[in-house]
Amino acid sequence: MTAPLFVFYVLAGICVASAVTVISARNPVHSVLFLILAFFNAAGMFVLAGAEFLAMVLVVVYVGAVAVLFMFVVMMLDIDIVAVRQGFLRYLPVGALIGLVLLVELVLVFGTLGVGEVPFPAAEPTPAGVSNTEALGAVLYTDYFFAFQLAGIILLVAIIGAISLTLRDRGPLKRQDIGKQVHRERSASVRLARVESGKGLG
Amino acid sequence: MSLSYVFTTLPELALLVAGLLLVLLGAFRDGPRGAGLVTAGALAAMVLALVLVVLGDGTTASAFGDNFVVDGFASFLKVVVFLGAIGTLLIAQPYLRRSAVERFEYAVLVVFSTAGMALLLSANSFLALYLALELTSLPLYVLAAFQRDTLKSTEAGLKYFVLGALASGMLLYGISLVYGFTGTIAFDRLAELYLDGETRLPLGALVGLVFIAAGLAFKLGAVPFHMWTPDVYEGAPTPVTAFFAAAPKIAAMGLTIRVFIEPFGAYIADWQQIVIAVAIGSMVLGAFAAIGQRNIKRLMAYSGIGHVGYALVGLAAGTEQGVQSVLIYMTLYLFMTVGTFAVVIALRRRGQNLEEIDDFAGLGRQRPMLALATAIFMFSLAGIPPLAGFFGKLYVFLAAIEAGLVWLAVLGVLTSVVGAYYYLRIVKLMYFDAAPEPLDRGLDPELRTVITVSALVTALFVVMPSPLATSAATAAAALLQ
Repeated sequence: MTAPLFVFYVLAGICVASAVTVISARNPVHSVLFLILAFFNAAGMFVLAGAEFLAMVLVVVYVGAVAVLFMFVVMMLDIDIVAVRQGFLRYLPVGALIGLVLLVELVLVFGTLGVGEVPFPAAEPTPAGVSNTEALGAVLYTDYFFAFQLAGIILLVAIIGAISLTLRDRGPLKRQDIGKQVHRERSASVRLARVESGKGLG
Repeated sequence: MSLSYVFTTLPELALLVAGLLLVLLGAFRDGPRGAGLVTAGALAAMVLALVLVVLGDGTTASAFGDNFVVDGFASFLKVVVFLGAIGTLLIAQPYLRRSAVERFEYAVLVVFSTAGMALLLSANSFLALYLALELTSLPLYVLAAFQRDTLKSTEAGLKYFVLGALASGMLLYGISLVYGFTGTIAFDRLAELYLDGETRLPLGALVGLVFIAAGLAFKLGAVPFHMWTPDVYEGAPTPVTAFFAAAPKIAAMGLTIRVFIEPFGAYIADWQQIVIAVAIGSMVLGAFAAIGQRNIKRLMAYSGIGHVGYALVGLAAGTEQGVQSVLIYMTLYLFMTVGTFAVVIALRRRGQNLEEIDDFAGLGRQRPMLALATAIFMFSLAGIPPLAGFFGKLYVFLAAIEAGLVWLAVLGVLTSVVGAYYYLRIVKLMYFDAAPEPLDRGLDPELRTVITVSALVTALFVVMPSPLATSAATAAAALLQ
């Protein structure tokens, strides 16, 4: 077994194990922590495949932003884990059976036949003479312009959706309206009252 | 990249730009008046896109490398999808006005989703397919939960979102397997993979194809990936349900046809059995599970599952005639289903929307014209001549028989006899039962227009079937050339 292969199996093993822990851990905070571990291992596998840019993006975006956000949500929401888990055992046998069947199928397909000859050569992760980041940048706005723009629109739709589902008009809020402030006249706010001494305003 | 790409993608571009402008318009003009303005803009944009598609020269053109293709097949289905989106946005207006959820995001999301469907129909690689599918689905998840203060609507949105994400996962897994075993995700290159007469896919790519089929079946709402449809249809606001039943279903059917016929057309022996199994399951479940339903939206969900099954019978044939029959079937189904949902929205008692099947009782005496339209839709959905639904089924079953799938056609006829029971039950309720209380009078102009047009198309298709049949034939020929 060569060294890269060994590293791959270690990373893949930890990745799968932590993925299982994500869905089986009792404490949701632990789930998120194991999710981060899974992301780190996936990033390691990207490095192994020569895609160091993707590895860095995975760590920065998923671990740095998404997982931390998850952590906030999990800590702020009061999730009753017992209620969520109801029915877990009931559906476990069916789910496990389907998973097992799929696993056996895939092992049969890949184990006995192997990948074989690929008709079209797949893209190289590291093209000769160009760095990883440079190679991505060269195609992102040219060959994959269409996909890039579509992804942008999908993100916009996600923002619109999230806002329209959660933003609520909170009734009469006090907002600053500079135009209104500037146009305010003295007569609207100050009233001179002649008060007789000893009587008060009544 | 060149300027010609702009002209090739003009309808989609028009919709996307309109969507962006409408978001701004809605943000600056808040309130019901702004919502009305945005809706009018959305309708105008979709009509514009429709006109642009119709005015296109009909030749096959591609853009953005392998990603985008315009051909007769895509153009035909785009017209149908745009018609569905326009119709369902029209019938949504009275409902939204009354239920006080009139917000401008509704029309914006419909525009973006429709743009996604148009891109989906033109997708020519699995990358474009996946992105367009997400652009289509994401607004649908939000729309399902649009009545965010009702538990049912929120539940429908969440359920649809989680299961949709699962389906996307399966689709992506399948795509990655196909890529791994063939080295390409472009439809054109996949189609020319084994020009030397090899008719079996590499086994790994076949496993990928099965996963892709599962993802597509989910989007179609076909057995065994149908379980989300009844709950989502029931929970979502009625006009959203109408939209689900019309536009995305047709786009998904077009996509399924393209994926099976174009990149994997040579391997029909590999995928025909999948399509046949899904078709049988959908037809049988659609026929039997709908019998016990009491809610009209759930009934329409099961009816939709059944109709997807019938349409897939045409795809199972795998021939040009089969593709043509599916196109005709889906077009006619669009008119029937949009018309039915318009009736459901029109059905109100003391200001409350009615959704139970028993609420149709007495419609024949109180609202004769509405009952007549409903009867036309129901007879047509059941497939009774001389209405449009009969001819849809006729084309599909004929294509199956021509392709040697006689038993499949026979099974389809048998299940549609079973299915006729629950459609005819509604007709019986309307004409022979008395209503407990009078229904509200008056019909909004939008509903009146949509119901009239749908009923006329459904009833009078028999008089002039050739325009639709010819254009569907041209579209099918464009795909299979």
